[in-house]
Amino acid sequence: MTLLHEAPRPTITGPVSMTMAQALNRALADALETDPSVLIFGEDVGTLGGVFRITDGLTARFGENRCFDTPLAEAGIVGTAVGMAMNGMRPVVEMQFDAFAYPAFEQIVDHVAKMGNRTRGAVRLPMVIRIPYGGGIGGVEHHCDSSEAYYAHTPGLTVVSPSTPQDAYGLLRAAIASPDPVIFMEPKKLYWASAEVDVNAQLPEIGRARIARAGTDATLIAYGPSVPVALAAADVAETDGVSLQVIDLRTITPFDDETVTDAVRSTGRAVVVAEAPGFASVASEIAARVSERCFNYLEAPVRRVTGFDTPFAPPKLEKYYLPGVDRILDAVDDLQWDE
Amino acid sequence: MPGQIQTAADLLPRHEPVQLIDSDGVAHADAIFRMPAVDELIAGYRQLVIGRRVNDQANALVRQGRLAVYPSSHGQEACEVAAALVLDDADWLFPTYRDTVAVLARGVDPVEAFVLLRGDWHSGYDPHRHNVAPQSTPLATQLLHAVGFAHAAKLRGENTVVLAMCGDGATSEGDFHEALNFAAVFQLPVVFLVQNNGYAISVPLSRQTAAPSLAHKAIGYGMPGQRVDGNDLAALLSVLGDSVASARAGHGPALIEAVTYRIQSHTNADDASRYRSDDEVAPWRERDPLDRMRGYLREAGSLSDGDDAEMHAHAEQVASTLRDGMNAEVDPDPAELFAHVYATQTPQLREQATLVADELAAAELNDVELNREN
Repeated sequence: MTLLHEAPRPTITGPVSMTMAQALNRALADALETDPSVLIFGEDVGTLGGVFRITDGLTARFGENRCFDTPLAEAGIVGTAVGMAMNGMRPVVEMQFDAFAYPAFEQIVDHVAKMGNRTRGAVRLPMVIRIPYGGGIGGVEHHCDSSEAYYAHTPGLTVVSPSTPQDAYGLLRAAIASPDPVIFMEPKKLYWASAEVDVNAQLPEIGRARIARAGTDATLIAYGPSVPVALAAADVAETDGVSLQVIDLRTITPFDDETVTDAVRSTGRAVVVAEAPGFASVASEIAARVSERCFNYLEAPVRRVTGFDTPFAPPKLEKYYLPGVDRILDAVDDLQWDE
Repeated sequence: MPGQIQTAADLLPRHEPVQLIDSDGVAHADAIFRMPAVDELIAGYRQLVIGRRVNDQANALVRQGRLAVYPSSHGQEACEVAAALVLDDADWLFPTYRDTVAVLARGVDPVEAFVLLRGDWHSGYDPHRHNVAPQSTPLATQLLHAVGFAHAAKLRGENTVVLAMCGDGATSEGDFHEALNFAAVFQLPVVFLVQNNGYAISVPLSRQTAAPSLAHKAIGYGMPGQRVDGNDLAALLSVLGDSVASARAGHGPALIEAVTYRIQSHTNADDASRYRSDDEVAPWRERDPLDRMRGYLREAGSLSDGDDAEMHAHAEQVASTLRDGMNAEVDPDPAELFAHVYATQTPQLREQATLVADELAAAELNDVELNREN
């Protein structure tokens, strides 16, 4: 049983400016504060506060039993989190980087995702696996993967990715409160971006996208690290007199067909933007769903602007790899405007 | 030692790490491990001097923004150098991201070795040229590759020995267990060198294992384990040399734990003051592997001022080559992103490469037009 809604929230007057990293830290602290079954563990999350400082100060404030370092073993971290969740806890574990989560893949795919189904609902796993992901930080190999498709392809997993500090706070609180396991993908290049956060705002519902920008000519569909890029493209398009709507999915699975379908039907054109390689990707799934549901409303085929089908680029080449404003605008130009 | 293992207890390491030269540079005779010949120690010391200079230079290059990142092996140079020197040319080394000094000691060109850290490409040298596998960033994963490599050598009747390196943190990974087990089950010529430098980023050894030592893990796999002073080049050469000889003679793998210390932060991106005090670091500075070897060689009359100066001058040259190479403005070709993914480029990758090439051509045309207008 969660105490999430029973304990008083810390008093805060109105929104305050914070980075996404601080918002995530605050979400973890508030969850630890309000729910004694929440606990945090992983590599370097204790004294150091995590390599990205997302767990900064939590061990000092809540003690070693609530936030602790583990041996360096990702399968061990996720596998023991399963046992913890089976025994009344709400573990929130950290994978240090996207590609360092792969040793835990067996646990995630075979057990985290399937326990509820295997036991006909008798054993639910209320656990969160936090994964910093994506490029844009000049990181070397194995530090910049966009691995969301692996998880989104696995039935039983909820996959969430915020693009703003406010959503980082709200979605992480919602993920921790969820009865199902959540893969919480944190766009690491946005960790240090600041915005206003109101921790007392209503928590966002998992599975609901948001319209990040209103527009009438075409719809850009993005999530996580690609949302600010899509918004920047919409700003540029506006100067050319083109009105682009931007959807921030926030949740990849379960997918918000309703919001996305309504949006694309209203504009008749769509471009999906994502950093991951495009082949067999989340972007592919979105393009397929939009095509199936909006075919009669579409003026042009749905376009995808994604990472290339190559391993993530080394630091000096990532500027060529990452989908940027120009590629998005080129795709928009391609949406059969002339008549 | 070859043929000497009679009982399970023979697989256990000593309680105190093997040490041949103490931190004051004084030699101590050992009942089993012999002092390496002077010319071996001189060759090793030369590499220590280079290794230290390279570590210092790489740290400076990071501060100047010339490298994306550098995981320093400052204080661990004896392990790095010994790992390379105990192998024959035909043997293979499987290093980690912290083992650049070992890679250089194997003969890899410094500029090629630093391509990964400069951020041009994921690995800058041809592994076949000096029999050095790409430096592995994920932990313990390359241990399995080393084991498979040794297995292939054994199946083909080759006399190759493989030395696989990892740190104390990596011993907690499942792959570490699987690698040691495979190597022992198939009696493969692999020497596992664990540099126990006390920390996995911020996490101390006590959070990695409750075993009496990392070398004690060996007995569980049925291979001998040994602990060695990781700042004593002589002891490392002797212990690792014996393990390599034993493996080459067909007596199977060994696990060697080198007890050392990570003097600097995990990388430049880390701040070790958040999790350890300088009081803890200070005594380890006193156990410096270079000072120790220099002291011993000087006392033995094997290293003159001139020799030492010549070696430092040589190390300076290596540093200068590295500096020049890293300061050169390189502009890696984005076409390379698409060139190596498959043996034969797929039609889709060809299309994507063309897209980038077109973008670049358009940008260039744009520049030309802008210049003309100005």
